[in-house]
Amino acid sequence: MKKKINKTFLMNTFTYLLVIVAFLVLNSLLEGGKLGYRMRGQLVPACVFIVMAVSLNLVVGISGELSLGHAGFMCVGAFSSSITIALLNAAVPNDILRLVIGMVVGAAFAALTGVLVGIPVLRLRGDYLAIVTLAFGEIICDIISCLYVSLDDKGLHFSFIDPALPGKMIVNGPMGVMTGGRIATFAIGFALVLFTLIVVLNLINSRSGRAMMALRDNRIAAESVGISATKYKMMAFVISAALAGMAGALYGANIGTVTYKEFTFDKSILVLVYVVFGGIGNILGSVISAAALTVLPEILRSFPEFKENRMLVFAIVLIIVMLITNSTAVKGWIERIKGLFRKKEEADLPETTETENVQTEEGGAEE
Amino acid sequence: MSFLTNLINGISLGSVYAIIALGYTMVYGIAKMLNFAHGDVIMVGAYISFCATQYWHMPAWVSVIVAMAVCTVLGIVIEKLAYKPLRNATSLAVLITAIGVSYLLQNLALLIWSSNTKNFVSIVNFGNLSLFGGKLIISDVAIVTVLCCVVIMLLLTWFTSKTKMGRAMRAVSEDKGAAQLMGVNVNQTISITFAIGSALAAVAGVLLCSTSPVLMPTTGAMPGIKAFTAAVFGGIGSIPGALLGGILLGIIETFGKSYISTELGDAIVFAILIVILLVKPTGLLGKKVNEKV
Repeated sequence: MKKKINKTFLMNTFTYLLVIVAFLVLNSLLEGGKLGYRMRGQLVPACVFIVMAVSLNLVVGISGELSLGHAGFMCVGAFSSSITIALLNAAVPNDILRLVIGMVVGAAFAALTGVLVGIPVLRLRGDYLAIVTLAFGEIICDIISCLYVSLDDKGLHFSFIDPALPGKMIVNGPMGVMTGGRIATFAIGFALVLFTLIVVLNLINSRSGRAMMALRDNRIAAESVGISATKYKMMAFVISAALAGMAGALYGANIGTVTYKEFTFDKSILVLVYVVFGGIGNILGSVISAAALTVLPEILRSFPEFKENRMLVFAIVLIIVMLITNSTAVKGWIERIKGLFRKKEEADLPETTETENVQTEEGGAEE
Repeated sequence: MSFLTNLINGISLGSVYAIIALGYTMVYGIAKMLNFAHGDVIMVGAYISFCATQYWHMPAWVSVIVAMAVCTVLGIVIEKLAYKPLRNATSLAVLITAIGVSYLLQNLALLIWSSNTKNFVSIVNFGNLSLFGGKLIISDVAIVTVLCCVVIMLLLTWFTSKTKMGRAMRAVSEDKGAAQLMGVNVNQTISITFAIGSALAAVAGVLLCSTSPVLMPTTGAMPGIKAFTAAVFGGIGSIPGALLGGILLGIIETFGKSYISTELGDAIVFAILIVILLVKPTGLLGKKVNEKV
């Protein structure tokens, strides 16, 4: 048991170190002007998608529920923070402070949406739960496409469907929201990634995180020992939504105009691809795969075929990864190959490995 | 008269949903999986029919048969390659794979037919039916769609209740293990279910694109999800339920779009899905199944 705790501790330290080193290297390259124009443009999106993937992994991997509407929370975060940033344009001249306030507001609104969505959704299970999260994601996008907000001397004006409003338009229905300048920087993106990792990794290793995983592995058994399914599933869902809201805020502040079209089902699936590719339930995997798959199309620009057919490649990867990790036939082959190697090892070192094998098998049976 | 026109349009749209929902309902009933790629099989069917009439100059009815044949093969191949290895995996894994297949089909279509929208030429053109001195016009496509839906429903009801294969399907959906012990070939039965569902998807694709002639790689995605809503509405696993759910959903969507808001039409459909799942998860005609510990 002690060995296991050490292992997670090492893994987490490695995750933090990797992210910090990657940031330091990229930042020194950035300041030295060594990064190309296109590469520079991918730094903040990479941070956004790392946060999205890690937060989705909390729901899919740790809590064990498939959410197909993760981009909806990102959408809420992007729009609410953009409105806040536009509102505070005069009051708070400091860009970074304004963006941080925007992120907090984005997280708050996304968390609120998460609670509203979570109450009905988490009563369902399996496929139904997935399809309802998809439905909520689309409903959020549809509602935001009908939202109009304007600003004048008297304050904010809201309207639904009807675009006639006094003053300067901030949110213009299907035309999207003017985010008020590109104020996101790589450093803020890095800070958000680090914040997300601290929140998620500490949550996973806490009592609550273990309760979530117990519910994922066997809901009935976990409930029978007094773990409240609603409480812990809701906790995972809302924290994930809040983090997605912050990622949305960063995404909005990185580009000039945001429209609801950027947060449809496709984006949710893209994030799901990152999670599956990095390994469901593996946070470090999510970080690496989100960063790699965001930046990869830019690196492979000399192969324009790759960028054009990116989603095709992702779809094939998604299917193959799922088949390899879940098919009993493929598992059988892997075991057989492992068995071949094991026999060779046993021939070399007969006594020691055998006793070790027995011990691990016993430990596995007890678990 | 606008009320009647809306009602007829709603029933016509609902009939398409019902045909697609049948594919969902049968696969869900037997393989206990949500075939997310079903909507994209619709799109493939529509493209095949389009190519058959426009490029290969086949008559309309032949193009439908070609589309059905291609989709049947496609359905079986998808089942064999992607879903069969995951027969005993968790529903999460199967659903993610199904989403992968859906994206694969969409992007293959993008590669083959490009993202430009194709203008689908209606395969039905014997002229619209004009009633009450031209006040009420029923389009020829709407008539054919509703007729197709009724015929398919009758055929399927006969097939599942009277034929040997149909009885095997019902047995597998009740209890896979017991059916296998009684000598039912479970794998073959599941393949045939996929084949029938995909052939119906091809018909639905042609009818859908004859009603609204915009054809692109993402054409099938939204109707697919809505048809799933229809299947859940009527009670998943139930064939009359798919018909009832599809037609009700079509009517609600059409009225919602014309009386409330065009932009919110989809949101209304999804809101119905959520309400149904919360209030009556088994749908209108579904059976309640208790969870075993």
